[in-house]
Amino acid sequence: MLKEKFHNIFMLSNEEKKAILKEKNNYEDSRASSIEALKIVQKNRGWVSKQAIYAISKILEMSASDLEEVATFYSQIFRRPVGRNVIRYCDSVVCYMHGCENIRACLENKLNIVIGETTRDFRFTLLPICCLGNCDKAPTLMINDNIYSRLTLKTVVELLELYQ
Amino acid sequence: MSVKKILLTSETHPLTWWLNDNKGVIWIEEYKKKGGYLAFKKAIETIEPSKIIDIIKCSGLKGRGGAGFSTGVKWSLMSQNNSSSMRYLLCNADEMEPGTYKDKFLIERIPHQLLEGILISSLALRVRKSYIFLRYEYVNAERILIRAINEAKKHGYIGNNVLRSGLDFEIILHSGAGRYICGEETALINSLEGKRANPRFKPPFPALVGVWGKPTCVNNVETLSNVPSIILHGVEWYKSLSKSVDSGTKIMGFSGKVKNPGLWELPFGTTAREILEDYAGGMHDGLTLKAWQPGGASTDFLTSEHIDVPMDFFSVQNAGSRLGTALAMAIDNNANMVSLVRNIEEFFSRESCGWCTPCRDGLPWIVSILRSLERKQGRKHDIETLEQLCHQLGPGKTFCAHAPGAVAPLKSAIKYFRMEFECGVELSSVIDVKLIENVSSYNEILDKVEYDNKFKSKYD
Repeated sequence: MLKEKFHNIFMLSNEEKKAILKEKNNYEDSRASSIEALKIVQKNRGWVSKQAIYAISKILEMSASDLEEVATFYSQIFRRPVGRNVIRYCDSVVCYMHGCENIRACLENKLNIVIGETTRDFRFTLLPICCLGNCDKAPTLMINDNIYSRLTLKTVVELLELYQ
Repeated sequence: MSVKKILLTSETHPLTWWLNDNKGVIWIEEYKKKGGYLAFKKAIETIEPSKIIDIIKCSGLKGRGGAGFSTGVKWSLMSQNNSSSMRYLLCNADEMEPGTYKDKFLIERIPHQLLEGILISSLALRVRKSYIFLRYEYVNAERILIRAINEAKKHGYIGNNVLRSGLDFEIILHSGAGRYICGEETALINSLEGKRANPRFKPPFPALVGVWGKPTCVNNVETLSNVPSIILHGVEWYKSLSKSVDSGTKIMGFSGKVKNPGLWELPFGTTAREILEDYAGGMHDGLTLKAWQPGGASTDFLTSEHIDVPMDFFSVQNAGSRLGTALAMAIDNNANMVSLVRNIEEFFSRESCGWCTPCRDGLPWIVSILRSLERKQGRKHDIETLEQLCHQLGPGKTFCAHAPGAVAPLKSAIKYFRMEFECGVELSSVIDVKLIENVSSYNEILDKVEYDNKFKSKYD
């Protein structure tokens, strides 16, 4: 009953279906494209809802619980709505030595949220990441697909203004 | 700051001599102009697949992902199995070890060298379909690899009937979705198959039962990038590059509070002091070296006494650590080892896949103790508990190498800097907290604790 309800509400777009089917061709087993399929849906909709899990599992011919298991394991698949801009601040040991905890505190203060939370206006979500591979330019962070290095508290505040 | 300049030549720097001063990507035209894909041409036209494996075995090339297993031996395990028509090569580009960025560097600057290495390896292993498992967060590397694969297809190195040999080669880029454990060989296979990245039990080894149950060879980006030059210039030349028993060169470097953090292609056997002082420019002014990790966050700490160790697999192991990825991190005298280790253990705890109990429950326990020690609220016997946990999470006690790697820095930190851990217990009871408020460095606190302890024992 519940499953039916979800099916009726959520529909994958044609573009999403096409992209997922294209991915399926790369692998011997359609399940292998599950992570890519989750990423395709997430890119379009910002996150992967329970309804989306049912829709994707159907197209990949795998059980929804199997897909749920995958979706909840990987840290870059979001299972609840996130902000328009996702900030991933690097807390690797090298960035730690260069004061990443001050940067985290600055971000938390400025955005009035703690790690893992989203601002009320859905402008930002703050997440930790390790490591961004910019150890020679630490400390560093990533906003959406852009990487910023050699941060100072001043540049962090300025950076936030670039993202609406 | 006097930093040694390196003259990059093909005779001495097989991996990095292609690079330009403008730090741009070496695309296919430039790569071919400098002799790129000649090794693949030579391999496909003149060398038998089994002979390629022999060459790699004789060259002494060891896996550059951290474990240092002989690549030729790994390959020969694959070739003995002829039971299946399908077999796979899986390039491990899921680099996430804190403090390590060599694979990213190689992909972002010389992507075709990796593709050529994959093609030659595919030829040797009779693989027709290879996957590059790239880390999710390496978005720039992904863009570069997509373009490089398309370029290689256009120039006829990937696709059907490559160089009129009658052979078809396919390279597929697969990007992950986060999680450090994906870098483990068998977890990588599970992740590629679209499952949770839990490690698999070995045996059977991937060479027999890998991706979708088919023979699979998993090699690191840097390992595969070494293959073209070995085929082109030969075994003796490759061996002659090294200053130690390990053949060839290695991407090495220093990060942390050093003047010129970075990575350089250097012969095996170059000492850590030489890398730190001559290339990384030494420590920041006013700081001294207190400890260092030779190759990423999962390697044991060494102290300034070990800085003359030659950087090769055997020598670093002999000094009490692991070469790992050979991208070292320098820790200065002002760093608090308890806090630093807490940061490292938090990472490992967060990234435990949860498959086996000691790792899933032991690592958060370690973090919890370290946090209380950091706040100077440690309880009596906390350090002994940490030592027991190091033992219980050590090699052979857990399903994979994640937990043993996680406790290595903790164990060595307690070994070399036990007093700093004791401060977490003692300061709450022995030292007046006011005492530590006006000190500029952590070492001053230690001096005061030491002084106080002596004072107490004298007058008690």
